[in-house]
Amino acid sequence: MQYAAPDTTKAAVALLAKAKGSAYVLAGGSDLLVRMRGGYLEPDLVVDIKRIKGMREIKKSASGFSIGAAVSCAEMGENAGLRKAWPGVVEAANLIGSKQVQSRCTIAGNLCNASPAADSVPAMMAAGAKAVIAGPKGRRTVPVEQIPVSPGKTILKKGEFIEAIQLPAKQPRSGDAYLRFIPRSEMDIAVVSAGINLTLDSKGVVTAARVALGAVAPTVILVGAAAKALIGSKLDDAALEKLGQACSAACRPIDDKRGTIEFRTKVASVLARRAAKIAYGRAGGK
Amino acid sequence: MPLDTAFTGQKFASVGTRPIRPDGIDKVTGRARYGADTTAPGQLVGLILRSPHAHARIKKIDISKAEKLPGVKAVLTSADLPDLTEGDKSMFDVLENCMARTTVFYEGHAVAAVAAIDAKTAKQALKLIKVDYEILPHVTDVDEAMSPKAPVLHPKMFTIGMEPRPKKASNIAKRTEYGHGDVEAGFAEADHIIKESFKTEQTHQGYIEPHACLATIGPDGQGELWVCTQGHFVYRNTCAQLLGMDVAKLKVTASEIGGGFGGKTHVWAEPVALALSRKANRPVKIVMSREEVFRASGPTSSTSIDVKIGVKNDGTITAAQAELRYQGGPYLGMWAELGAMTSFACYDLKNVKSVGYEVLVNRPKVAAYRAPSAPMAAFAVESVIDDLARKIGMDPIAFRIKNAAKQGTKSSYGPVYGPIGIGPTLEAAQNHPHMKAPLGKNQGRGMACGFWFNFGGQTCTDINIGIDGTVSLTVGTIDVGGSRAALSLVAAEELGVPYSQIKCNIADTGSLGHNDMTDGSRGTFSSSMATVFAARNAIKVLRDRAAQMMEIPVDDVVWEDGHAKAKGDSHGNLAPLSLKDIAAAAGNTGGPIAGHNEIVADGAGVSFATHICDVEVDPETGSTKVLRYTVIQDAGKAVHPTYVEGQYQGGAAQGIGWALNEEYIYGKDGRLQNAGFLDYRMPVCSDLPFIDTVILEIPNPNHPYGVRGVGETSIVPPLGAIGNAVSNAIGIRMNHAPMSPPRILKAIEGAKKH
Amino acid sequence: MSIQVSTTINGDRVDFICEADESLLDALRNRVGLTGAKEGCGTGDCGACSVSLDGRIVCSCLVLGAEAEGRGIDTIEGMSDGAILHPLQRKFLEHGALQCGICTPGFLMAAQAVLKKNPNPSEEEIRFGLAGNLCRCTGYDKIVRAVQDAALEMRGA
Repeated sequence: MQYAAPDTTKAAVALLAKAKGSAYVLAGGSDLLVRMRGGYLEPDLVVDIKRIKGMREIKKSASGFSIGAAVSCAEMGENAGLRKAWPGVVEAANLIGSKQVQSRCTIAGNLCNASPAADSVPAMMAAGAKAVIAGPKGRRTVPVEQIPVSPGKTILKKGEFIEAIQLPAKQPRSGDAYLRFIPRSEMDIAVVSAGINLTLDSKGVVTAARVALGAVAPTVILVGAAAKALIGSKLDDAALEKLGQACSAACRPIDDKRGTIEFRTKVASVLARRAAKIAYGRAGGK
Repeated sequence: MPLDTAFTGQKFASVGTRPIRPDGIDKVTGRARYGADTTAPGQLVGLILRSPHAHARIKKIDISKAEKLPGVKAVLTSADLPDLTEGDKSMFDVLENCMARTTVFYEGHAVAAVAAIDAKTAKQALKLIKVDYEILPHVTDVDEAMSPKAPVLHPKMFTIGMEPRPKKASNIAKRTEYGHGDVEAGFAEADHIIKESFKTEQTHQGYIEPHACLATIGPDGQGELWVCTQGHFVYRNTCAQLLGMDVAKLKVTASEIGGGFGGKTHVWAEPVALALSRKANRPVKIVMSREEVFRASGPTSSTSIDVKIGVKNDGTITAAQAELRYQGGPYLGMWAELGAMTSFACYDLKNVKSVGYEVLVNRPKVAAYRAPSAPMAAFAVESVIDDLARKIGMDPIAFRIKNAAKQGTKSSYGPVYGPIGIGPTLEAAQNHPHMKAPLGKNQGRGMACGFWFNFGGQTCTDINIGIDGTVSLTVGTIDVGGSRAALSLVAAEELGVPYSQIKCNIADTGSLGHNDMTDGSRGTFSSSMATVFAARNAIKVLRDRAAQMMEIPVDDVVWEDGHAKAKGDSHGNLAPLSLKDIAAAAGNTGGPIAGHNEIVADGAGVSFATHICDVEVDPETGSTKVLRYTVIQDAGKAVHPTYVEGQYQGGAAQGIGWALNEEYIYGKDGRLQNAGFLDYRMPVCSDLPFIDTVILEIPNPNHPYGVRGVGETSIVPPLGAIGNAVSNAIGIRMNHAPMSPPRILKAIEGAKKH
Repeated sequence: MSIQVSTTINGDRVDFICEADESLLDALRNRVGLTGAKEGCGTGDCGACSVSLDGRIVCSCLVLGAEAEGRGIDTIEGMSDGAILHPLQRKFLEHGALQCGICTPGFLMAAQAVLKKNPNPSEEEIRFGLAGNLCRCTGYDKIVRAVQDAALEMRGA
């Protein structure tokens, strides 16, 4: 295996594009190194992007936040502005693994790992995050929900890698939340999860909503019907009930070592309802 | 003359205090050396090739390509480990488990091994070994394995203990039965009878240190083994037998051990490492990966248990019966038998019968796990006991107290009890503030009892007095959790010197006689007994030397407060001699001063505990949080109370993990799906509350200080205690452990439908 | 591919050579001779290999040795000030917060990180701060108490 730590995006793209055999991007390494260690991956080349300028920076502008692909989830949690604007995304990022893992893991990596159970992905999707992809043909910006296509697979082409995640500027009277179910209190992969982002009008009526569910389908899914169930409501019991039903109806989970179809379908609805209440409160709803 | 081991009720100066352990500094500074922390000149890396199949015949193994890979120094198959077991079936099972011969019996079963100059080369070599398998049908579930339709693992396995012995082979290896009285007559007297069935899933000891060893055998047939083990003498004997070596020519040195809980009482990769070293003529180090630990070391049994108990309206149990089916992996163990023996041991029963079935399945060979087999039996029995108490409207503690075993009770497994702690632990629970604390919504409180035998066994200890009067205490039982501190306290107590004057070392197998391993909660019990007698022997020598120095008869010298003192008025002007004074003169009074003791430490007092816990269950997700937990257990005498508390807390935590989340999950393909800490889900720090402890001290009459083993009993009650608490929180009896969120939610949803 | 790596470990300049795919844990243990960090799982699930990398607590099994180039690493071997134990080390001993001790180096490093971030953590913050470290012996009770006691002492209370 070759290891390279280029200091520009251009050099990283060139290395990845020219690589013979398998090439992988190393940001936090908390997925990549586990797979290498288990013998599931034997890369010919690993490109460490942490030494590329700007890759470890969180930039705030009028259009929102740009989070460099090598920014660790711990660093996200330490950014007061980001925490205030997108508490759900930051909480999700700070649920991944342990403190040790959070010192290293990144939301770009969490996205590229393309696991349906990735903690930060439902929160990012609900937030309307976009990924900036660098590649041999330049840069393109793609909504986060379009990146994973199936477990472990993304739309990224040879030579491409995610350079940054963009979160929109926080809208007035909006709030996001993320909840996951795990059997223990920490250290587990989500058995099922829900990320919700709500915007309210001045009377507390939901005017916009995005609802994403994790670990209930081959990829994290946006559930349009669930969002629709909330729009126009003040999050009354009937709306929450409809939200729950829409979420359960959208589930296409599997039985596996982490949970059953029955459990995931039922708990998806529970978590969505609970997350909606938190998001509503954060948006200023009462 | 047999030694007098009777409890004397003496007052203690050192025993019962809480000094810093002698191995402490090394363990907080990273200096302590564990199994994987040592190297030898020219050492090779050993790796093991394991079966991907749950059950298959090995048609052919081709190692030729692996042998030719540059850097590979030895490739090993079962042909390099010939059968030297001379008809010893259980030893043959150990051999076959270390390296499959004609058949692989579980996914992860070793089929070949390599030793190479580095890990990279060894990994490559494993890939070059070609194994041709004929896949056979498999069975992993204990109940399915008993079915007449199940694939039979061993075609010559005819159930032992069945009259008449079956002529048809099956996976039921052995039937055992314990009890007394007439259970049918007892049930006929009962006003109420409850019969319930339970299942518990397979769990692993989960020690954080994977198995690791460094093995060397020279062309002269002499060998050395550095290994993390609970019993280096036993490892020596087993390895020597399997490899055809002279026992005295294999020196085993125990590393510090990173947890064992029973899992390091059994050899796994050690004979393979020795055989590789013999073949390569170089030292070989094998360190298991975590995945290998899960797949190929010994977890505890999964079980299926039926319990039936009859009771009168006044709370008297009239009869108790259990059938316990425990799987042992592919080999006969005594797991169901231990379950049958322990199941009703807490109670004073007129009519009792427990039947155990040892069942073979395509899972790893089961090993001991802390009070092996008792937690599952207690889960079933304590659940039914609670349900009976509810049925007759009696408080669950009062019901247990009414039926508790006491001194003079004939136990359900045979012996008559001496002074025991079940009643006192129950009374302490009844009076504990925990029982009166308020509970909130969705919360429930549960309690349960547990029993463990405790073992004694072969032990020897040396005490050597240094030239400056400091004391080397040399023991042969592995220190798994602070026993060096406890044994130093005992030596200090007996010699009358400060704890700081003692240094306790664990001897290698060349430096001390045979010691059984640290299992059965015997480490402190048995080695403290040997230490007491070794110290008394040393004192005899010290008195003799002091008599020479004082020029008075030895009968006029007494040993008090760490000094030899002249007794009687006629010697009134003689100053007492300290250990240091006597040691300094040793060269002129007869040479080095030492005391030894070799003993079979009989009379390990049985141990009982009662646990109380509060849980909260989320009715929408089935998730259980443990809010409060209290352990009450009899220690006989807590030599170092801090480490006694530690044993209570650690066992409770393991039991809580088992009760709520830990389990081996098998796919239909017979492969283990969660061979890692991520999905095996042991409790993390944020899963648990503080675990309160109450140490009761009901002296063991068979130990000079009253010591009982304390290590294991604490894992016995938690499954029942959590089960009862969950049941009280949700109003439904959970009879399948672990009581994981999907199982609890399913039960809640199921109850809604009815 | 072998890589030469220049680092600072426990304040000392250390150079080592490792394979490109070798973990920092293996490099520390097998190349530098610092065996205080342990491998309990190799997948970041037990924390026994915890070290500090540029001031942040990491699982050294999930870091490549090559990544350490130019970085500062602190391990358990550098925790005490010569013969003077760090208060956490002393409190672990006084409270009996270790039994087998294999997880202890990782716990001490993680506890140090918890107290660095928050000198006065609640019990819950300690428990979640240490959730990445598995201990199978103690039930965590005495570990949490030792950290609380050390925090109290370190705050000068």
